[in-house]
Amino acid sequence: MYRRASIRAILGLLLAVVLTTGTAFAQDEAPESIKIGYAISKSGPFVGGASVTTLPNYQLWVHDVNERGGILLSEYGVRVPIEVIEYDDRSSSEEAIQAVQRLINQDEVDFILPPWGTGMNLAVAPLLNRAGYPHLAVTSVTDRAPELAQRWNNAFFFLGTSTQGSEALVDMLSAMRERGEVGSKVAMVAASDEFGIELSNAARDSFGAADFELVYDRSYPGGTQDFQSIVGEVARLEPDIFVAFSYPPETLAITDAAMVLDFNPTVYYTAVGTAFPLFVNRFGDAAEGVMGIGGWDANSPLIQEYRDHHIDVIGAAPDRWASPNTYASLQVLEQAIERVGRIDRAAVIEEIATGTFDTVLGEVTLQDGLLTKLWWVGQWQGGEFVALAPIEREGIGEAIVPKPEWPEAE
Amino acid sequence: MIAADIAITGLIVGGVYSLIAIGLTLQYGVARILNLAYGETFVASAFGAYWLYDSLSMSPLVGLVVILPAAFIVNWLIYSFLLTPLVRRAANRDALEVDSILFTFGLLFVVQGVLLVIFGGQYYSYSYLAVPLDFLGSVVPVNRLIAFGVAVALGLVLYLLLVRSRIGTAVRAVAVDPRSASLVAINVRSVSALAFAVGGTLCAAGGALISMFYTFNASMGVAFTMKALIVVIMGGVGNVLGALVAGLLLGVAETSVSRLIDPGLTLAATFLLFILVLLVRPTGLFGRSS
Repeated sequence: MYRRASIRAILGLLLAVVLTTGTAFAQDEAPESIKIGYAISKSGPFVGGASVTTLPNYQLWVHDVNERGGILLSEYGVRVPIEVIEYDDRSSSEEAIQAVQRLINQDEVDFILPPWGTGMNLAVAPLLNRAGYPHLAVTSVTDRAPELAQRWNNAFFFLGTSTQGSEALVDMLSAMRERGEVGSKVAMVAASDEFGIELSNAARDSFGAADFELVYDRSYPGGTQDFQSIVGEVARLEPDIFVAFSYPPETLAITDAAMVLDFNPTVYYTAVGTAFPLFVNRFGDAAEGVMGIGGWDANSPLIQEYRDHHIDVIGAAPDRWASPNTYASLQVLEQAIERVGRIDRAAVIEEIATGTFDTVLGEVTLQDGLLTKLWWVGQWQGGEFVALAPIEREGIGEAIVPKPEWPEAE
Repeated sequence: MIAADIAITGLIVGGVYSLIAIGLTLQYGVARILNLAYGETFVASAFGAYWLYDSLSMSPLVGLVVILPAAFIVNWLIYSFLLTPLVRRAANRDALEVDSILFTFGLLFVVQGVLLVIFGGQYYSYSYLAVPLDFLGSVVPVNRLIAFGVAVALGLVLYLLLVRSRIGTAVRAVAVDPRSASLVAINVRSVSALAFAVGGTLCAAGGALISMFYTFNASMGVAFTMKALIVVIMGGVGNVLGALVAGLLLGVAETSVSRLIDPGLTLAATFLLFILVLLVRPTGLFGRSS
């Protein structure tokens, strides 16, 4: 008994010596934590988007990484946990710039995650470029993305361009028309802000080129929640296809008005917010057949696992457009850091630009700084937002056309 | 036919605007508190209605039974304990107005912060009574029709109360000239507290009713404050009937422009009408000439 105990004690002591010298050696070099900073809208008009698409995924990723013990820095042979520094940019680009400056100069963070929204990302982009931080511009849809990715080698875009989006939509509609499923009359409304204007301009060209007839083409001031007169006018024109490049509160208000007026075109499409869990929670069975921007391959095990994990940790489902892309961008960052094996931002940028990564979207390789495999049109089918376009991509679902009747209101 | 449709749709939209503004006109016109946290109160009560509906399955219309007394008490307490010191030390009404702007500006962030902590930043929306109804040849959702009805009823009832009743006369006296009012044995402070609390209650009624069809989140209050201010100033500060008429007018103007010209110009139409009214009547439609 005595001897066995002493042997155990000696072994334990030896192990302790090995461990302490080992870690002592590593501690000379390895940082205690990897500091990750971000400025995000926690108040102001952008909070509605940021707190659905962006912030939950940052929290989820930090949770996942730290549960694993941190990011493995092979140079030191240890996992280093993430420490988060968070600021509220109050939905103002000036605040966002100031916060990012503070993260760089004062907090001296190792990496910076982007704010939410096209305008905000463009606002902080030059700053991140000058300071040499990788910029994962996920929630920004702009036609200038290819040009910007070229100008700023540290900037990476994960959501494509407005033109790709509208072309994917129009291609899908053209194919439906060829199959005789839908007519040519299109009514289009758009929010008169950067996103709505860019998408509707691109769509106008695409519809024109594909010989669709635009019977209604108007914009409305962003933030409008009274849509009965617009939808009433649209319904009077009896279009086959209704397209609204709308933001979340408007998406709900337009759909409400369409239900009240029993306006049920063959194809009914609203933009941002359609993919939010809020939409299907609010409309229930009435969401069936509604199309919107985004979508995902609901049959992919990766996506299913991601969705369930998001619900477990965050307590709510992710949005089915930019959420998985946001999480994927963080996985890209993590794997790039691990491959470099130390905090070396220039090397990480190089790795993101050239490497191939395993993400919830599957294998991801950026082309000239852009993620090109994207989903552009989704449709609510039995509680899932099934991707329908681009039609040449694998993994698309069967579209439900014509859209089913709106159910009777309770 | 189109004219009738525009008129009805416009009146329904305008009813919402009146409902948003009617409480502010009491708070600003009588209690002389330019309440910048007005929209936050509005949104808070929308959250209240949502919470009652979501967790207790209580209809927002029944929820008013809980929300309105709560709003009255909270607003009365805010006035009695937080605003009274300002009223006491203010040398004149202008000084009180400046102080109240500063105070309620701070209150705005407190309320908004609390809402953000409790509900987070995401959008909330539920559907209640989004049932179409044929109303004089136009289709109208029942929830909006209720909001319109309540706005009109509140406007008329309050107007009659103010003009016909004794306490109403006292309220009007305070609105016109608090110093002289105190000379004829009106307790100016308690009348002001009453006006502020009733204003807050009306605001809460608006928030709860609008939550039936508007999407809202914790940071949306400012938009409601702005809309309310436009309607209040256009209708004449302190004039309940003015707020009602100005709200309806704006609704009809917006809908006409949206239907006949371009929906993109609705905001421009709002402000054009606002400017025109103020050019002709600087104190608002029903305002007293100063």
